[in-house]
Amino acid sequence: MIDWMKYRWLYLLISGTVILTGIFSLFKWGLQIGVEFKGGTLIEYQLSRDIGTDKIGQVVKENGLELVSIQKAAGNSDILELGQVSSAQRTSLKAGIEKLGVTANELSFETIGPTAGADLIKKTVYGILIAALGILFWVAIQFKSFKFGLSAVLAMLHDSLVVIGSYSLFGHFFGAEVDLLFVTALLTILSFSVHDTIIVYDRIRESKKNFGESLYDLANKATSQTMVRSLNNTFVLVFMMVALLLLGGSTIKWFVATLLVGSISGAYSSPFVAVSILVTWDELQKKFKKR
Amino acid sequence: MFWTPIKRFVLIVVLVVIATYISLPPSFVLFGNKIIRPDLNIKIGGLTIERSFDLHLGLDLAGGSELVFQADMSKIPVGSEATALEGVKNIIETRVNLFGISEPNVQTSVFEGKSRVIVELPGISDTQQAVSLIGQTAQLSFAEIKETPATKTASASATLVPTNLTGADLQSAAVVFDSQTGKPDISIQFTQAGGQKFADITGRNVGKELPIILDNQVISAPVVQQQITGGTAQITGNFTTDEAKQLAIQLNAGALPVPVSLVQETTIGATLGALSVQQSILAGVVGAVIVCLFMILSYGWLGVIADIGLFIFTVITIALYKLIPVTVTLPGIAGFMLSVGMALDGNILIFERFKEEKPKHEFHQALEIAFGRAWTSIRDAYAATLITCFVLANPFDWSFLNTSGPIRGFAITLALGIFISLFSGIFVSRNLLRVFVKERKEK
Repeated sequence: MIDWMKYRWLYLLISGTVILTGIFSLFKWGLQIGVEFKGGTLIEYQLSRDIGTDKIGQVVKENGLELVSIQKAAGNSDILELGQVSSAQRTSLKAGIEKLGVTANELSFETIGPTAGADLIKKTVYGILIAALGILFWVAIQFKSFKFGLSAVLAMLHDSLVVIGSYSLFGHFFGAEVDLLFVTALLTILSFSVHDTIIVYDRIRESKKNFGESLYDLANKATSQTMVRSLNNTFVLVFMMVALLLLGGSTIKWFVATLLVGSISGAYSSPFVAVSILVTWDELQKKFKKR
Repeated sequence: MFWTPIKRFVLIVVLVVIATYISLPPSFVLFGNKIIRPDLNIKIGGLTIERSFDLHLGLDLAGGSELVFQADMSKIPVGSEATALEGVKNIIETRVNLFGISEPNVQTSVFEGKSRVIVELPGISDTQQAVSLIGQTAQLSFAEIKETPATKTASASATLVPTNLTGADLQSAAVVFDSQTGKPDISIQFTQAGGQKFADITGRNVGKELPIILDNQVISAPVVQQQITGGTAQITGNFTTDEAKQLAIQLNAGALPVPVSLVQETTIGATLGALSVQQSILAGVVGAVIVCLFMILSYGWLGVIADIGLFIFTVITIALYKLIPVTVTLPGIAGFMLSVGMALDGNILIFERFKEEKPKHEFHQALEIAFGRAWTSIRDAYAATLITCFVLANPFDWSFLNTSGPIRGFAITLALGIFISLFSGIFVSRNLLRVFVKERKEK
């Protein structure tokens, strides 16, 4: 049997490197906050032909609107991020663009007041805290140990740090913005992370009943027993996500990318973070008792 | 359960056939033939069962608008905000319904003292008219003109004195066309008390103007020819047909108890929605094919069973989406994908366990043990996900938690997926395997 728990220093090194990179990026570049959270307006126009973003920017300025960015999307589409836009300005902006000799089809229009986003962030944080608390208690009760519950929640925290950190990198290098879908993805990963951790825990619980070995040995055994299932399951998720990433269109691109990073991190964190913490905690407890 | 595996197998087949039928699109082309799936329409005696099997697509997929209005509660006494907000909601609902949109959705949300009304308008992309129609206060009143005779210091003047006849006395309003000019007018019908008031007022003002005021603007100032006792009146003005229609809608819906302002608007054009659906379906099919191949390569015949289980999972899910009905949104599709992953994970868990148990036990017994052992981990893991789903779906509308449609849609589809995958993973796959194993033995 492989002595997985012997290499805990390696897991700490891997997780530490990834998380520290993410935290570095968070401090250096932060997150690209989307319109849904900070307020503003997002309009997507499909034009009959490409006229270049400069000319569109000119029209925006002529209408006295605050221009944040213009991005090109597939099929001669331009996505404009603006400040607050009234309905009169919306009409004159479209007319202004059409004066340049193209027809502009408004694919989507989204305007959000500056306070709405802050509420959403607060509600999401409350949601995560309540869900984490619920999971902590559920795991603690099912596995009859507070250690199990807290280790699972710490692994969950590990995965959210990995995801938020990498999203900061995506944001800096590829312009990924934090929107409602990102929040959904983050919440999905949290539940997936716990799902996966419980699978490994379950094997520890089962072997414990039968043999009564030390937690260290039980953890090694459970990790070996669940390794193939964990890998196969991750493959299945990765296949699905990659297909969605390549073919699923631009609306869900970053959503799927987040899920991809998260599902890999979630599968990794179950044996190598949750169980590692569990074993380390157990060892420390025994040391204190001996003294 | 005293059923034999064969009987259960028959039950599964019947269920799958029904679910497959419901989950088919209304019409599609198969081998060059156009096939139309009829909806349920049964008549047994006097009882008619009618049901359409169509998917309900959310705003992000079908196109449409979401408008968020914030109510100004500053003039409402503390404690009666909830009633006022409910009143706003009801009136907006009436107005939206009069606007003639299929399946509109109006809901309220109160968070940290901010009262909001969220209006979802499927299929509407020109929101300007909708916003002005929904958000207006529309306070109707009739006013008498009080003339002050000229004095030494001031010349003669006239002031408007609002009467006690207001929009509240209105029973209904409708657009009528003048038989002579062909111009649209608005015919209003008063309540009994309103009709009495109107008779008194017109009696007092014969030969004088009686201005009609809507939202502090005189929209028409007809001259009273004689006392009107019938309880009906006509507003004439220089209206276009659209204006008259809009006025009638506003009058019918009554006045908003508090002013509202638009704080958020999201509009998705129908073309963008359709593109997202196409791309997601294509990606989903490609992903599913790769996953199915992977399962067969990894687990052989067991993988085939898992793939059949996955197919059954998919048709039951789509059938339930149509029957409940669940509104399918982009995050909802993601929730569905995740539940597909979890359904397969259930299978992988069982098969891995089966591989472990096979050397120790006889084939059939090993299978039962694998199912039994995998169950505890599946149960605990699914329960943890359900906790998250519960917080996200927020079924009791707790105001400190999220109430936004897309996140809810995600949570509901994920929770539904967990229950269906329990059924397809545990009940369906297990019984298929039992039947399959038996056949192998007989050979």
